[in-house]
Amino acid sequence: MGLILFYLKKLFTVLKNEVLVLPSRVVVVLFFLLLLLLPVFTKDSYLLRIFTLTSIFAILAASWDLLSGFTGQMNFGHALFFGVGAYGAALLNKYVGIPPWGTIPLGALGAVLAGLIIGIPCLRLRGTYLALTTLAFPIILMGLVFAFPNLTGGDLGISGIARLARSRVANYYIAVVVMLGLCTIMWKITDSNTGIIFHAIREDELAVRASGINTTRYKLLAFCLSGFFAGVSGGLYAHFMRIAGPSTLEVSMSFQVVIWAIFGGIVTIYGPVGAVFILFPLLEFLRFWQEYRTLMFAGVVLLILLYMPDGLFRWLRDKIEKECPRCKIRNVAMRDTCRVCTAPLD
Amino acid sequence: MGLIIDIIMSGLISGSMFALLAIGFSLIFGVARIVNIAHTAFYMLAAYCIYFVTHKMGFHPIWGMVAAVVLVTLLGMICYKIFINPIREHEGAVLIATIALAMAFQEIMAIIFTGTYLSVPSLIKGYLLILGVKVFYQQLLTFLAALLILIVLWALLMRTKLGLAIRSTAQDREVANLMGINEAQVAMMTMGLSVGLAAFTGAVVVPLTILQPHMWMHPLIMMMAVVVLGGLGSLKGSFLGAYILGFAEALVVFLAPMGAYLKGSVALSVMIVVLLIRPEGLFGVSFEEER
Repeated sequence: MGLILFYLKKLFTVLKNEVLVLPSRVVVVLFFLLLLLLPVFTKDSYLLRIFTLTSIFAILAASWDLLSGFTGQMNFGHALFFGVGAYGAALLNKYVGIPPWGTIPLGALGAVLAGLIIGIPCLRLRGTYLALTTLAFPIILMGLVFAFPNLTGGDLGISGIARLARSRVANYYIAVVVMLGLCTIMWKITDSNTGIIFHAIREDELAVRASGINTTRYKLLAFCLSGFFAGVSGGLYAHFMRIAGPSTLEVSMSFQVVIWAIFGGIVTIYGPVGAVFILFPLLEFLRFWQEYRTLMFAGVVLLILLYMPDGLFRWLRDKIEKECPRCKIRNVAMRDTCRVCTAPLD
Repeated sequence: MGLIIDIIMSGLISGSMFALLAIGFSLIFGVARIVNIAHTAFYMLAAYCIYFVTHKMGFHPIWGMVAAVVLVTLLGMICYKIFINPIREHEGAVLIATIALAMAFQEIMAIIFTGTYLSVPSLIKGYLLILGVKVFYQQLLTFLAALLILIVLWALLMRTKLGLAIRSTAQDREVANLMGINEAQVAMMTMGLSVGLAAFTGAVVVPLTILQPHMWMHPLIMMMAVVVLGGLGSLKGSFLGAYILGFAEALVVFLAPMGAYLKGSVALSVMIVVLLIRPEGLFGVSFEEER
């Protein structure tokens, strides 16, 4: 009893001193709670379906950010990982008969392998070269998918694979919990020593190498990690839609990920996740004007970029929070003095 | 024998098309460091413009070509001014701005002309028999026009003051600025030139292809592969890379089983093999930071 009280007290203290002082943290906590409690308020299966897909794509966007945002290795072929994850899970489920909880991690391991395979030639390239080269890989794989229709189903894809769970609510919870868990893990990775090295590689690779760090190994690690998370999202997608088709490998899929991530603000993890939660439901909402849907989507992206080229969530965060000039701790924009060192905020 | 002529013609035409597109793309990349994903979308716009002028307004195709090049070039410069110039410092933002532009163009064309397949009449009817193989005059015309424009472009870049300004800005923007070159203006001109090239490509290639709103995707991928293969910013490299990939595509289409599906894959694999041997591309200069 005492132990429980102690932890409750600790939770309360953390909530009061760490979470409630910053609006961005409050928003994150509310976001978690809202997602987890959504089925309590509505059982609308259309709404749940949208949010399940949104969660799956949020993992994908965040994994792009982990590789391209943090390490600076611009990847234009992120659909490769997604497609390998989806096709891997679908093939294993259909031909070997492994249930979803086994196929999704195995498909993700396939995506890690893909990350290794494309990582090794791509490590010699930088910047725009890398971006344009990675664009090629999903297309090569797509050519192979079409060339062997007996195994991959060609244009139609692999259909009739096992569903993730029986009910829509269970599907929703699997996707949301996996998304929240993986995104927290990614955020933790970027906050760790490895994450700092990733940051440093983006800023100045030569300096990192001069500090005695094997940058090649870290870049490969970034490719593999990102491939793993994207592969998980691909597997979830295949089992949720119950089909793995060539649309998972399309160029527009790769571009979509880049749009989500940059729209939300790269090098943040929360930015891409938030962007997917805004843009994907928006695209669904715009289905009332079916013909103008993509056009309006493009218009929204263009307009927002003109005013916030750093991404929506960074812009918002800078509006509501200020960094203390002395101790570099973030404060609510309304405060006059820093909450820790009482230095005046400008 | 007939097969060889088919392969040569197809390779030459797609090679020249990729060359024109890739040179335009590397020009604007070199001068303004803009990765213009919408480049081939302008090519698509030009194609639709010709369709509109010839079919809906009933003019001769040659007027359609002129109108396409002029209008699309203007549109490209306007888009640059409104959407790209204000965010040029943010590389990522420019990237998705151009993707969004391309998507917007695709959707606008899909709304106006619907998604159906359309075609445009060729400038000259008739064909030539070479060793029993039909070679349409339009194919020859496309190839010759592409060669001509490449020569004109070469002269422009190497022999005029504007060309000198473009080349020096591409080499070092700051120093070019110090030497009194108006860098913003040069970037604007290059954008016009680059989009104009894309529009011209569309104009000469369109009678040989089918018009549909997604027609910019495949050339985009091939163009990027060409640019990487030849070395970014190297015009000679783009030229040679374009013909290498053009012929690779033609060979696969005519010789391999399931060739039509595999053509993209094989051409892109060629690019990756070359990159494994020479990471800076065929003619790329290996700048430490620029690569």
